Amino acid sequence: MAGLVVGFAVSIATVICLAVGVVFIPLMLVGVPVVGLTLRAAGWFARFERARFALFLGTRIPGWQPAARAGYRWGIVPRWRVYRERATWAEIGYALARLPVSLVTAVLSLGVWSVALVLLTLPAYDRSLPAGGALVGGTVLRGTPEMTASVVIGLLLLLAAAPLTRGLAAADAAFARLLLSPPSDLAARVTELEISRERVVDAAEAERRRIERDLHDGAQQRLVALAMELGRAKAKLADDVDAARELVDQAHAEAKAALTELRDLVRGVHPPVLTDRGLDAALSGLAARCPVPVNVQVSPHVRPKPAVEAVAYFVVAEALTNIAKHSRASQATVVVEGHGYPGTLHIVITDDGIGGADPRGAGLRGLADRVSGVDGKLSVESPSGGPTIISAMLPVG
Amino acid sequence: MRIAIAEDSVLLREGLSRLLIEAGHEIVAAEGDADRFLRSVAASKPDACVVDVRMPPTFTDEGLRAALVVRDQWPDVGVLVLSQWVEERYATELIAGRPHGVGYLLKDRVADVAEFLDALRRVAEGGSALDPEVVAQLLARSRHPLGELTPREREVLALMAEGRSNAAIAQTLVVGGGAVEKHINNIFTKLGLAPGERDHRRVLAVLRYLGTG
Repeated sequence: MAGLVVGFAVSIATVICLAVGVVFIPLMLVGVPVVGLTLRAAGWFARFERARFALFLGTRIPGWQPAARAGYRWGIVPRWRVYRERATWAEIGYALARLPVSLVTAVLSLGVWSVALVLLTLPAYDRSLPAGGALVGGTVLRGTPEMTASVVIGLLLLLAAAPLTRGLAAADAAFARLLLSPPSDLAARVTELEISRERVVDAAEAERRRIERDLHDGAQQRLVALAMELGRAKAKLADDVDAARELVDQAHAEAKAALTELRDLVRGVHPPVLTDRGLDAALSGLAARCPVPVNVQVSPHVRPKPAVEAVAYFVVAEALTNIAKHSRASQATVVVEGHGYPGTLHIVITDDGIGGADPRGAGLRGLADRVSGVDGKLSVESPSGGPTIISAMLPVG
Repeated sequence: MRIAIAEDSVLLREGLSRLLIEAGHEIVAAEGDADRFLRSVAASKPDACVVDVRMPPTFTDEGLRAALVVRDQWPDVGVLVLSQWVEERYATELIAGRPHGVGYLLKDRVADVAEFLDALRRVAEGGSALDPEVVAQLLARSRHPLGELTPREREVLALMAEGRSNAAIAQTLVVGGGAVEKHINNIFTKLGLAPGERDHRRVLAVLRYLGTG
């Protein structure tokens, strides 16, 4: 009932205000503030309605993002983005639809309750009339069978009335939620972001551990061995020059191996050429180091922001590593294209190998995590027997 | 030889200087950044210079750009670029169709002193010195199929691209000079390249074939 009363006033007021505002829009000074005021009022009404639903029905309806608010100059003149905001039109729509929706729900629930009560009290009515017989919709009901039927139907309706009212209230709340709160894909997006953030943090942590391990097991051990051999060579220098020379030779080899390992490690963390010359040059070098012949096509002038560029590089690096290790492919193709501005970066890596790559394997999972970290999407198609197609869409901006 | 050095790490700059002095060369300049290095080269006109790719202020490719300036302004000065890593793209930019008096090596190669000095000598004399790793990348990225070459011929092709002389190739592969010449003739025939007489014309042909010319 409250909905009906409120709905009446608000819906009619909204219609009138919008109409007045729109009609007067040619006269900017009058029309725009009226429209602005209406839009703001719709926002206030939405808040009021959220509170009403919380109070009477106990349903919490989350509001639109606060970012969508506060787009008014001098309090009443809407800024351009207000018109483009979904929240604005959803709330106006709600204010307009409140009346018809309230009307329908009120008529239905009131109708059921009153009909039930009428039918139940029909026998009493019948008896209290001197001539007997109740006039219902043009037919006169009298006699025990009719009266019994009336009572039974009345009882059934009475039983149904409560759940029906509750159902209508729920439907009403659902309608309100549809327009007064952000669509659920936004909620889903928030969840998705939370999950992807967690995965990115995990991936970064795993990467740090890998670097630590590589440094510790590789270069560090080699330098220890190098220092040891040089120390021994120093000790032998006085009495056994030949042995000392052999130790120096070993130390020399050890030092060169340490350099190679460090270089590979650095390239794995972030290839310097990527910063200096961009994706094309970095991917070209990557392809050149891959034992399987790789054809690289990078559409010119693709220069996304560094984080995206790094992810693009690692998608290709991981894909080529997999191709070299598992695919038994005889050739592979890497295509990188930019679409739109700022648009998306589309990376496709194909090979003619045996397929059967597992998207849930550690390597591809880690890759999907990194891709989702920059809001991209990774897809892996690898039917057994091949071919394997790995593609990634990355937002450039 | 009179040599200029551009290397921002004091440790490496001193090490390189000492190594070159011990080998009988004269160090005319040892600078830590590209601008001062270029001024020194302009002033002292060395026979060759050794340049690190990454230097201040941005630590990206200052050295490479300085090397290109030297190459263009003083063609008689040999430029040997050293880098912690090698990239095919840098090599392409450095050579740019003219592998005369330029070299591009991994810093690690300095550890093999004799080979490093030999590369520096080649560069100073107007030849070329490309790191085996760069050559491997160039071979892998070749625009043309190399399938017709025998494994031995591929080895010879790689050594030629590095800028080695016939004698050096023969020594590396432990074969006679005649065998090397035979391989080289086969390579030129199979790839449809005009046979070259002098070392760097030969390198030029090979690099052009590999797609950097």
